[in-house]
Amino acid sequence: MADIAFYLLALLTVLSSVGVVVYRNAVKAALCLLVGFVGVGALFALLGAYFLAAVQVLVYAGAVAVIFAFVVMLFDVKGGTPRLHRSGIAVAAGTGAAALLLAGVISLAKHGPCADGAATTAVGANLKAYGIQLFTTYLLPVEVTGFLLLVAMLGVTVLSRKQAETPGSGSPREGGNA
Amino acid sequence: MNPLLHSVFAASSCAARCPLAGVGLQHYVVLSAVLFAIGFLGVLVRRNTLVVYMCLELMLVASTLAAVAFSRFNGTMDGNLFVLFVITVAAAEVAVGLALIVALYRQRHTVQLEDLDTLKR
Repeated sequence: MADIAFYLLALLTVLSSVGVVVYRNAVKAALCLLVGFVGVGALFALLGAYFLAAVQVLVYAGAVAVIFAFVVMLFDVKGGTPRLHRSGIAVAAGTGAAALLLAGVISLAKHGPCADGAATTAVGANLKAYGIQLFTTYLLPVEVTGFLLLVAMLGVTVLSRKQAETPGSGSPREGGNA
Repeated sequence: MNPLLHSVFAASSCAARCPLAGVGLQHYVVLSAVLFAIGFLGVLVRRNTLVVYMCLELMLVASTLAAVAFSRFNGTMDGNLFVLFVITVAAAEVAVGLALIVALYRQRHTVQLEDLDTLKR
């Protein structure tokens, strides 16, 4: 049962990822990205990490993919012209990606661990463990991450400010180098 | 893609070392590698800056999938927490990156990579 769910979700995720790459229309690519994120979230749930599945769906599917869709629609993508590189570059890129994948699979097959899922408990399901770890071992990273979010918020505010509308200021691009 | 992976697995020694019946760690890691390779291909092939950025996010998500799978099959908590931080940083990164792309679009009125070649000239 879980195996069938894994294969279905893997198929869904891979197909939607391929859709991100091959769809010429950027809106469709963003929607495929959304499906892929939800698929990965479902895989997290299948791995027993229910909290991360919820976070994945909330943050990635709910925020990131929707922001992508907003920005794509903001840009007035013209027509959906085929915007692929020249075929030589595409072949080289495909060869590189295939070599990357093959190297990963071969190294895993040769040296990979043979962990058995039944032998270990799904620690990711334990929500209490997250809290304990976050407030003891990972306390400093939590604070640094919080500060990073603050910096990102300020940076986005500065970057997306309307420029060249303040009369009298010398350079119109003053906010661009934050 | 699937028969290729199966042939690689059948030829490998790992299948002989540990005959797993169900879905194991290898399946998740291979899926993660597949997603990473697709994202890598997209980054190299596409010319729209936004789609390139989407493919970058895809690569990031693929790596988090591998981390969660390793965490699950090793019985440790660290991978899950690491993924939590990665998701947080990725959200901040997407916000800043998209703001940069919007600022770029305001200045150049294009998001196509072949038009953004000022540093090449």
